[in-house]
Amino acid sequence: MARLIKDRTIVDDQWELLREPVDSDALRALNGRNVILPMSSWLELREALPAHQGFVGVWLKNIELPEAIAPWLEQIPLIALDFPVFTDGRAYSSARELRQNLGYGRELRAIGDVLCDQLFYMSRCGFNAFAMRADQNLEAAIRRLDDFKDAYQASVHSPEPLFRRRSCVNG
Amino acid sequence: MYRYDNYDHQMLADRIAQFRDQTARFLRGELAPAEFLPLRLQNGLYVQRLAPMLRIAIPYGMLSSTQLRKLAYIADHYDKGYGHFTTRQNIQFNWPAIADVPDILAHLAEVEMHAIQTSGNCIRNTTTDQFAGAAANEIEDSRPWCEIIRQWSTFHPEFAFLPRKFKIAVCGTQDDQAATQVHDIGLFIVRNAQGELGFRVLAGGGLGRTPVIGKEIRAFLPWQHLLSYLDAILRVYNREGRRDNKYKARIKILVKETGIEKFQQKVEKEWLALKDGPLTLTEAEFQRCKAFFKDPAYLTLADFSPELEHALNTDVLFAAWHNQNVNAHKKSGYSIVTLCLKATGIAPGDITSEQMRFVADLADRYSFGELRVTHEQNLVLADVARKDLHALWKALKSQDLHAPNLGLLTDIVCCPGGDFCSLANAKSIPIAESIQRRFGDTERLRRIGKLSVNISGCMNACGHHHVGNIGILGVDKKGEEYYQVSLGGSAENVTALGDIVGPSFAQDDIPDVMEKLIGVFEQHRENEERFVDTYRRIGMEPFKEALYGKAD
Repeated sequence: MARLIKDRTIVDDQWELLREPVDSDALRALNGRNVILPMSSWLELREALPAHQGFVGVWLKNIELPEAIAPWLEQIPLIALDFPVFTDGRAYSSARELRQNLGYGRELRAIGDVLCDQLFYMSRCGFNAFAMRADQNLEAAIRRLDDFKDAYQASVHSPEPLFRRRSCVNG
Repeated sequence: MYRYDNYDHQMLADRIAQFRDQTARFLRGELAPAEFLPLRLQNGLYVQRLAPMLRIAIPYGMLSSTQLRKLAYIADHYDKGYGHFTTRQNIQFNWPAIADVPDILAHLAEVEMHAIQTSGNCIRNTTTDQFAGAAANEIEDSRPWCEIIRQWSTFHPEFAFLPRKFKIAVCGTQDDQAATQVHDIGLFIVRNAQGELGFRVLAGGGLGRTPVIGKEIRAFLPWQHLLSYLDAILRVYNREGRRDNKYKARIKILVKETGIEKFQQKVEKEWLALKDGPLTLTEAEFQRCKAFFKDPAYLTLADFSPELEHALNTDVLFAAWHNQNVNAHKKSGYSIVTLCLKATGIAPGDITSEQMRFVADLADRYSFGELRVTHEQNLVLADVARKDLHALWKALKSQDLHAPNLGLLTDIVCCPGGDFCSLANAKSIPIAESIQRRFGDTERLRRIGKLSVNISGCMNACGHHHVGNIGILGVDKKGEEYYQVSLGGSAENVTALGDIVGPSFAQDDIPDVMEKLIGVFEQHRENEERFVDTYRRIGMEPFKEALYGKAD
């Protein structure tokens, strides 16, 4: 079973990521397993999902916007955002939108070209789970989450930007 | 000047430790070059034609004498004894070793400097008018806002992997000296009818391959909403900016392809979700930042100084320099002095470590220990008592820093070009020198008057050739270095992009080309008209004819 970082701990991946679209037959064949569907399949099969034994999450391509799934966020236990290459930063915006604008509170997972040197920024944008690229050292990657002790901007963990906290100190 | 507190120091220390680790992993072969690339770029490190190049940020151009001495130290210990001021108020060193860079960054941190986000596809150093806070015609000091933007943009976790680089300029003076309209975002500080402070926001400007003047997306943004609005613009750009083609990835292309109205709607939509949230700026934060830029302890002085009058009447060379390089100050008895780093034979913007220390001493002695770097690659002492001007000039003269050519034809803005840069198609520094040599007569230069010449070694346009009254662009013509000439550009209030005159010229022809252009100008000039005004009045044809002969 693949391993990943979730909430700063290395855990077994309980989910199966389906990179290709699936139809209802294919989903039935996966009954009993926790699956992460492509957004297009998730939207298509939405009505049939309650019948699926096991959890169903959704993953978004870098060009897909969270607002497409906004009405159903309550019922989605996991959202994964894809980094086709680590230099493509679109998913950072989607993560912040999901957390800060849409109030999504469950697992937000980075998938694809996920490298340890980007973990700090990803975490600040709201990712709490990281399915790292296969060659990455997970123990070392966890340490990268503490690269900085503080930051100027607000984040999911610290919703006030530094200038608001600083002003308090200065009275 | 802004001073770091424990938060700022800690973040910088953390950043250096992070980059030290990344560099070590790269040198051990644990981090692939392609993966190290954006990390080193966002720490200012390029790998160039001859050696790595380190670009250090000088936030909005403000530099203390202590910082300048540190730069001199770095030039001596890690480089070849000189540095190069760029067109974005940064300084570059051309010869550091990669393994030394973390140590250099640690030295910089001691004086509250860094190289963060001076390169890479992220938000770059925010720039402004070099006379901010001292200019006679200021609406509002832009520096507190620049510092607020610096902190907001530094390590912004959402915008470290944008489609392309992103540059912001702020203008608080009536005569824009920051080329604000050719930035990805241009912010003009304004007051509305009620006297409230805010920003006129432009987006989608830029030079490079496709030069565009920014378009207004908001006539008045109340200052409290500055950061949420910037977040909104950047989010739309991060999501929708093109990533399929490096040359179409800047926000200007997105704005152009989307249309300004639709782009504006998208920004407003994002902004509504962020507006009035934690990013809303507070009066306390504005006042905190403003307090760092209080006036220095000016003396009460009259504008008239008998010593100065005497010197002006007796020393012709000093008077010429005073006439050209000294600007009006908001405070009576004071002046703003520009040190033109454009002596003939020296690459524009270059300064030796010896000169750095010398200028640092002068800043301490004559200008409250502070300096500014300009996007025209010069240095400014912004608060010099008028009675000290002659003594200052004499001191500058001893180090060859008294070039009296500010704003004149030989005050050339120039990128490092093919001598250093791996992107360049052609050299640019020798072109600048050949022009300076041809137009060596100071009397003649003054008669020609205000004229900006900008040279870029390739279409990335680091020398801002599009906005030079005369722009020169290095091009590759079957493996030979050629130069394309454009006329009528301007980075001032009436920003304009130059028009290309015609087929390009060989390197050796450029001084003659300049001579012909000036000849046409002198022939058609009315009264004291500036070159750009004559061009606007008479158009391209006479210039074209002088260069290529009469069209059939």
